[in-house]
Amino acid sequence: MNEIVPSHNIGDYVPMIDGPEKVSGRAKYTADLIVPGMLAGRIFRSPYSHAEILGVDISEAAKLPGVKAIITGADCDKTFGVLPIARSEHPLARDRVRYRGEPVAAVAAIDDATAKEALRRIKLKVRELPAYHTAQEALAPDAILIHDPKPQNLERDVLFELGDVVAAFAAADLVREGTYNCAEVCQNQMEMHAAVADYDVVRDRITVHASTQVPYYVHLMLSQILAMDMSRIRVVKPHVGGGFGCRTETLNVELIAALLARKAGGCVRLMVNREETFITHRGRPETDIKLKIGMKKDGSLTGVECECIQRGGAHSGYGVVTILYAGSMLYAIYDLNNVKYVGKRVLTNTPPCGAFRGHGTVDIRFAFESLLDEMAHALGLDPFAVRRANLLSAPTFTQNDLMVNSYGLPECLDWVERESGWHARRGKMPKGKGHVSKGLGMACSHYISGASKPVNWTGEPHATVKIKLDFDGSIVVLSGAADIGQGSTTILAQSVAEVLGLGLARIRVVTGDSEVVPKDNGSYSSRVTFMVGNAAIDAAQNLKAVLIAAAARKLEAKPGEIECLGELYRAGAQDKGLTFNEVVTEALKDTGTITVTGNYSTIPESHGGKKYRGSAIGGTMGYSYSAQVVEVSVDEDTGVVTVDKVWVAHDCGKALNRLTVEGQVQGSVWMGMGQAMSEEAAYHDGLMLTANMLDYRVPTIQDSPPIEVGIVESIDPHGPFGAKEAGEGSLAAFLPALTNAIADATGLRFNDLPVTPDRVFAALEKRGRARSNDGKQNGGA
Amino acid sequence: MKPSKHPMARILQLTLNGRARTDAVPDNVLLLDYLREHVGLTGTKTGCDGGECGACTVLVDDSPRLSCLTLAAAVDGRRVDTIESLVTDGHLSAVQRGFHEKLGSQCGYCTPGFIMASAGLLRRNPRPTDAEIRDALGSNICRCTGYVKIIEAVQHAAALHAAGVSP
Repeated sequence: MNEIVPSHNIGDYVPMIDGPEKVSGRAKYTADLIVPGMLAGRIFRSPYSHAEILGVDISEAAKLPGVKAIITGADCDKTFGVLPIARSEHPLARDRVRYRGEPVAAVAAIDDATAKEALRRIKLKVRELPAYHTAQEALAPDAILIHDPKPQNLERDVLFELGDVVAAFAAADLVREGTYNCAEVCQNQMEMHAAVADYDVVRDRITVHASTQVPYYVHLMLSQILAMDMSRIRVVKPHVGGGFGCRTETLNVELIAALLARKAGGCVRLMVNREETFITHRGRPETDIKLKIGMKKDGSLTGVECECIQRGGAHSGYGVVTILYAGSMLYAIYDLNNVKYVGKRVLTNTPPCGAFRGHGTVDIRFAFESLLDEMAHALGLDPFAVRRANLLSAPTFTQNDLMVNSYGLPECLDWVERESGWHARRGKMPKGKGHVSKGLGMACSHYISGASKPVNWTGEPHATVKIKLDFDGSIVVLSGAADIGQGSTTILAQSVAEVLGLGLARIRVVTGDSEVVPKDNGSYSSRVTFMVGNAAIDAAQNLKAVLIAAAARKLEAKPGEIECLGELYRAGAQDKGLTFNEVVTEALKDTGTITVTGNYSTIPESHGGKKYRGSAIGGTMGYSYSAQVVEVSVDEDTGVVTVDKVWVAHDCGKALNRLTVEGQVQGSVWMGMGQAMSEEAAYHDGLMLTANMLDYRVPTIQDSPPIEVGIVESIDPHGPFGAKEAGEGSLAAFLPALTNAIADATGLRFNDLPVTPDRVFAALEKRGRARSNDGKQNGGA
Repeated sequence: MKPSKHPMARILQLTLNGRARTDAVPDNVLLLDYLREHVGLTGTKTGCDGGECGACTVLVDDSPRLSCLTLAAAVDGRRVDTIESLVTDGHLSAVQRGFHEKLGSQCGYCTPGFIMASAGLLRRNPRPTDAEIRDALGSNICRCTGYVKIIEAVQHAAALHAAGVSP
């Protein structure tokens, strides 16, 4: 009994429930919140990479009529940072500036023109210090320290060795090494950073609207920076125009807006432009990787040794976590038993890096899958066969204690192999015909469905959802989960509707206002569907129990006899039963408005082990898996690489919404394409040269291929309806699949990203010269 | 230089979203800022520092135009349509339905620009090919979708339009 008729809310193509607002211009983003009389904020930024601040002279700016508040580092001696162990950053620099573009002062004025003029009148006096723009420079023995307690400018040094790597290499038939360099890349989400802060002088309270992925972190950091009790702070997240990780951390923008609003005693809208958004950044660090792999003749792996150096930028940010992910996530995709990892997260005088989609895993996966391809080629093995020789067998725990319960990688491999026509086409594609060479490449990747242990460990459940049911029979889901475009609000509505057997029309979801919704750990590490989805299911089941009890009372039956058909509750098929609204009326009789709570907590087995310091990083309730085949054409005259098509299969456990799963997977693949082919944050003396969308080359619709998505459903035992993440895991595989395809087309291997036409052209020229030299030596044959 | 308290302004008369409108607008104000800050039509978005992303695309006399590179004064006497103009009697237009139903919009921030560029395309070419869709949307950047579903959205919109839904 109590069975529900499937409502088909799960597993279909369901357009996003907040879509009508987005397509009609009614969706409000932070910069759209125009309040009459609000002040305009602007930030004065350091033009120096590294300097001791001798003075910030704001006297001329303060004289300007219309200037309402000016703040400098002197206004706030508190620090912030996403990791409780690494809060090194001031909202406005004090004593020292550490990168070009670091905020030094800020102004609130009656309008933007006045605020800009005030910035021109601020004078910064400094003594310049040696600046280090690369990891190598910062690691040099004579380098001065960027942050005093961090010797050698090392934010974090990681070392672990599990198993016996020396013996593993000795047992291998082939041992090969590669070095790889991946350029720094930026999220470059479409909405530039903005915050609206409104300080209530009478009540000493503040409301901050922020373009954030984690309103809870903003709340914590506002309290810290303003030295204000958390109960006096309200954080609202309006619609957010993308994040991809950069808005996981609280940014200086929302903190500066709040400091300005309090000092001005009013409402300040702080909007930063695209250049400043690039500098605020928190992207994927430039990464240098040395990788060594041992392989048997059958393709099975004997051991792995990996060194990873990340140029972290001027502040800690997420750095410790990023460098740990890069090591721990060597595991949980293939069966590895002997691994040595050395990771160095380096402080440099460049803008701070952070968490970018695929956090910590992407550049390592590029190196790993590239080297696998190269070794498969050397041993005459098919790249698919090499992956299949190293599959995990779920359920299992990896050597570094990561829990793997569902594992759809074999099915992902099968799908892309079949759909791309791999065996029929590979090796038979035209080479050099019309000066174009074609090729196919493949690779795999994986990602977590939320970090099992949240950064701010408080002992609370990982996620909490409330549902309110009132006299009108509408169901209001209250959640702190931040929809940043990935569709989490829709997933929550679908999940609740599915449990109650109701149509989506009855469900409303309220999110993103700390005054109303329960706290949530936020939208990062692909946690929302898994954690908050499970909490929503729990809440809906609790509500269903209340409704069944009420129906049983009214029908004078036992609760176990009640059949719940969504809009109809009855005691057996012969009973005409009660409508949903009649059940609600009965349920409300004793208690009035009903509020139920649903929780979700991860299990300790998913928290990672204790085999090395930081080994909790990488632990999750469920890993997603992805396999990709990329088809390319390489123009041998120009070096231009065109991606003709991508086949991607993603194991998301269960597709709760096939439309949004496809959208997330396509978006991930495409974002990987940008990193692989054109995107790079380039600097000159610490000045970002690419802080606009023309120089920071995001692929346009003209550059972008068809991406065919295969959904693999491994039904995770802990996932909501069996689901795992879909929004990150498919990014990383694109990078090596592309370079593997280029290698198939041309025989040239690119270990440095992005693979721009310049790089390809230079390699083609070098190959051409080598061939003509060979030709001469061989008597011009 | 001291900012002038009263910058030079002129009377701007235009047809905005189907309605005649008259405003006093300083000479140096961009169409984008006029729409957002003066009129309060915040559906049109700012995504870059000028002409890089297409988020601010509006239609001027049915042709897509970047409102961040257009002075408000330049549309005097013209017809300007923004994203807010497309809903008719509460119904989404064909392009809006296309983007909603086919997930051509994820975070939604680039969406008004894509929708206006697509509406401009369908007004001059009701049955565009894939290549024509790519051409028409080549100066708009989306960071979420990879464009695959945007192309499907415009194809779907063209089909809806052919079936009688206004573009």
